[in-house]
Amino acid sequence: MARLEVEDLHVRFDTDEGQTLAVNGVSFSVEPGEVLALVGESGCGKSMTAMATMGLLPPAASRSGSIRLEGREISGLSGREMRRILGREISMIFQEPMTSLNPVFTVGYQIGEVLRRHEGLSRKKARLRAIELLDLVRIPAADRRVDEYPHQMSGGMRQRVMIAMAVACNPKVLLADEPTTALDVTIQAQILDIVRDLQHQLDTSVVMITHDLGVVADIADRVVVMYAGHVVETGAVDELFASTQHPYTLGLLGSVPRPDLVLADVQGRLAEIPGMVPTLHEPPTECVFAPRCPRVSDDCRTEMPRLAETAPGQWAACVHPGVARAHPTEVVLP
Amino acid sequence: MSAAGATVRVGRRRSAGRSRFVARFRRRPLALIGLVGVVVVVVVALAAPLLAPYDPAASDYSAILQGPGSPGHLLGTDDLGRDVLSRLIVGSRASLTAGVFATLLALVVAVPIGMVAGYYRGWVDVIVSRVTDVVLSFPFLILAVGLAAILGPSLKNATIALAVGQLPMFVRITRGEVMGLREQEYVQAAVINGAPTRVVLRRHMLPNILSPLIVQSTVAIPGAIIGAAVLSFLGLGVQPPTAAWGTMLSQAQQYVSQAPWFAVFPGLAIAVTTLSFNLFGDGLRDVLDVRLAS
Amino acid sequence: MQWYILRRVGQSLVTLFIATIVVFVGVRALPGDAATALSAETSNPKVLQAIRQEYGLDQPVPVQYVRWLGHAIQGDLGQSPKTGISVSQTLAERLPVTLELAGLALIIALAIGLPIGILAAVRRGSVADYVASTTALVGLSVPHFWLGILFILGFAVSLQWLPASGFVPLTDPLGNLSHMAMPAVVLGIGLAAVVMRQMRSAMLESLGADFVRTARAKGMSERVVVGIHVLRNSLITVVTVVGLQLGTLISGAVITEQIFIIPGIGKLTIDSVFSRDYPSLQGVVLITATGYIVANLLVDIAYSLLNPRIRVSGGAA
Repeated sequence: MARLEVEDLHVRFDTDEGQTLAVNGVSFSVEPGEVLALVGESGCGKSMTAMATMGLLPPAASRSGSIRLEGREISGLSGREMRRILGREISMIFQEPMTSLNPVFTVGYQIGEVLRRHEGLSRKKARLRAIELLDLVRIPAADRRVDEYPHQMSGGMRQRVMIAMAVACNPKVLLADEPTTALDVTIQAQILDIVRDLQHQLDTSVVMITHDLGVVADIADRVVVMYAGHVVETGAVDELFASTQHPYTLGLLGSVPRPDLVLADVQGRLAEIPGMVPTLHEPPTECVFAPRCPRVSDDCRTEMPRLAETAPGQWAACVHPGVARAHPTEVVLP
Repeated sequence: MSAAGATVRVGRRRSAGRSRFVARFRRRPLALIGLVGVVVVVVVALAAPLLAPYDPAASDYSAILQGPGSPGHLLGTDDLGRDVLSRLIVGSRASLTAGVFATLLALVVAVPIGMVAGYYRGWVDVIVSRVTDVVLSFPFLILAVGLAAILGPSLKNATIALAVGQLPMFVRITRGEVMGLREQEYVQAAVINGAPTRVVLRRHMLPNILSPLIVQSTVAIPGAIIGAAVLSFLGLGVQPPTAAWGTMLSQAQQYVSQAPWFAVFPGLAIAVTTLSFNLFGDGLRDVLDVRLAS
Repeated sequence: MQWYILRRVGQSLVTLFIATIVVFVGVRALPGDAATALSAETSNPKVLQAIRQEYGLDQPVPVQYVRWLGHAIQGDLGQSPKTGISVSQTLAERLPVTLELAGLALIIALAIGLPIGILAAVRRGSVADYVASTTALVGLSVPHFWLGILFILGFAVSLQWLPASGFVPLTDPLGNLSHMAMPAVVLGIGLAAVVMRQMRSAMLESLGADFVRTARAKGMSERVVVGIHVLRNSLITVVTVVGLQLGTLISGAVITEQIFIIPGIGKLTIDSVFSRDYPSLQGVVLITATGYIVANLLVDIAYSLLNPRIRVSGGAA
């Protein structure tokens, strides 16, 4: 049985300018001990998918769809019931280590808080366990640093604290929302190492949200590519990288479908594609990628294509799927 | 060609910004009520002589301290038999003059000082900051009372006193904003490209610090209106027989037991005016999305 | 940390020093001849000459200033020419009265402002928030002195529940409270509005912070999220802002004491202006400015103690 199954997830915002469809029918699942990467440009709905899974959407948002944790439906739980799961069975780390910790409490207090809440530990025991956890995320001199305040730590250290906090109760699922984006490259690798080790040790399932394909290649088993709130391609990492079917994924990978759209920066990371991911206000009547797609044709304009299996275990939502070579008009970089 | 294109684009963006501004403002009914209140008070003040049913200084000793609704006097008469409504209408002039001009005066003096201090830093900034601290070390009203006493009681001097009291806040806001803007890339680009300081300050900085200054003004104006009323109430502002809301209240205080209504209307006028400015200012702050230093 | 406090103390001393010059020069700039005022308005030239000599008014102004400052530091602020009582003694009698008034007003302001501010922020956009925020704005807009007159009209003249004005020392606690109730409420209401608005905006800012999302993701209850994580951060801001409102409180006390005829330093200020009692005026303004500067210093220190970002790193953040 899958650890976490998300099925036909929709997230809608009601704003002054009308409604916005942030997530449109996203489905994916994560197996025990698996790392699933959720990839896409900012604004494609990947963070919103994570927040929706946690039940932590802002009040203006509404959600529909099914979320199952080890087969148990959790999308209909009350706030109180959900709070018993959050931090214990599902936990999350965020992009901004600098601001995600409360500045006026020690890191030990903030880690201990989870343990006191979910495992009923005393203040004293929680502090001792917090030291063990800091040790686990390889913070040197953990017994001293446990009493420090967040501002006394570097970004990388704070992100380790966030991870320690998230894994304190051996969660079944860890959602990591761009955990390395705000960090230096060397620190990024260390943080990914820690996540990977913990995932092995604790048999946690990880959903890694990122726009960094280096991170994906490094840590993920399977990939879900999102665009404008839709899943456009999914599959095992190696296969998907080797035979990418969707032109958007190709764009992300840097096999530039239109050279003016995608620029890979020096580190091989993707720069943002010029132009923005469209914001949907009503269900699309054409392929959402059509306005920026080099393969676009009239039959792309009739409806949003559904995911279809292009190879065993690999799916793409495209009218003209296929690897880049099949389309001589496209330029493929080595 | 490209310059023309750029101009067009800037113009378009600005008008788009303006229409969004209006749209956001429209969604705030309280701010609109405030705006209407401000407009009404300003119109009343401007058209006071036309609107006042009587000469505000004309005494009628046969009708002293008449209650509201007495024949010919909608809001009654005061201790000298003068028409309260007429005095309220004409009195709006003194309040608005003090409120608006004190704030304008403070702006005109404070903005250049704050800009120079924030832009050049160094000893200019040290002196300006220290003087600001000293002025701020006197509570607003004590300072205003002291200055009004030194300058002598009159509307003009009360206005000057209130302006001085408001200087430090405007200096601080301007200085802080300019210090922040100085580090902005587009400002540094202008400096590197040899734009004279005068141009940098006026063209690149001034438009960007307007929002917080405007919002602070909407806080300062009602503050000055109340301050002017207090000074008049204490006898340090507008001198009788000129009509002003503050002086009317101090008169009224003497007749609280005989003519309680007499104390109600001038205070209500002050409260409604300041509330209008505050409502409008609050809405403006939300729309302009400014966080104040205070 | 010690360095920061030392620097702030030094700054305050400089400010205070300049403030004494401003007070001294300011009082000399008041219209009228100081000697005439000191002599209780005589015009006898011999008397005036004697007074000039006695008070050193024939000396250059800087010399006068140094003499005055020297005496002031020793607690000698001169003598009121009107009453013959030393200014220090008058201040010692009147300061506690104003402090009591301000203290009561502050308690009222916090008791009203804090809970309502928290409620309005937590229920942002609700009817309760709308009502609370609008009421606060009305509270800010209504001039105290008018509110004072209305209170006298309502509670003293019409209902006759409370005395209209005057003061009874604390030795008669009930009498004291009945005289202080109206002025304290009048003075407290405006401040309550400020506290409420500040608390609301500080709470809203904290509520939107990333660490709140973290706390929620940990499964913490709303009570813990709001009552511990958000409140702790908001209070740090509010302590500072409320501390800086002490000036408003003093300004408000001036007019409130005037209306309710309470013998505090606020009334002394106004009375000295009108009776041209310059030594008293000098003393009272000096004591107000000193109190205000010291209060601001204490607020800054309190802020740095409350805020770990300053407390531990030892620098001024």
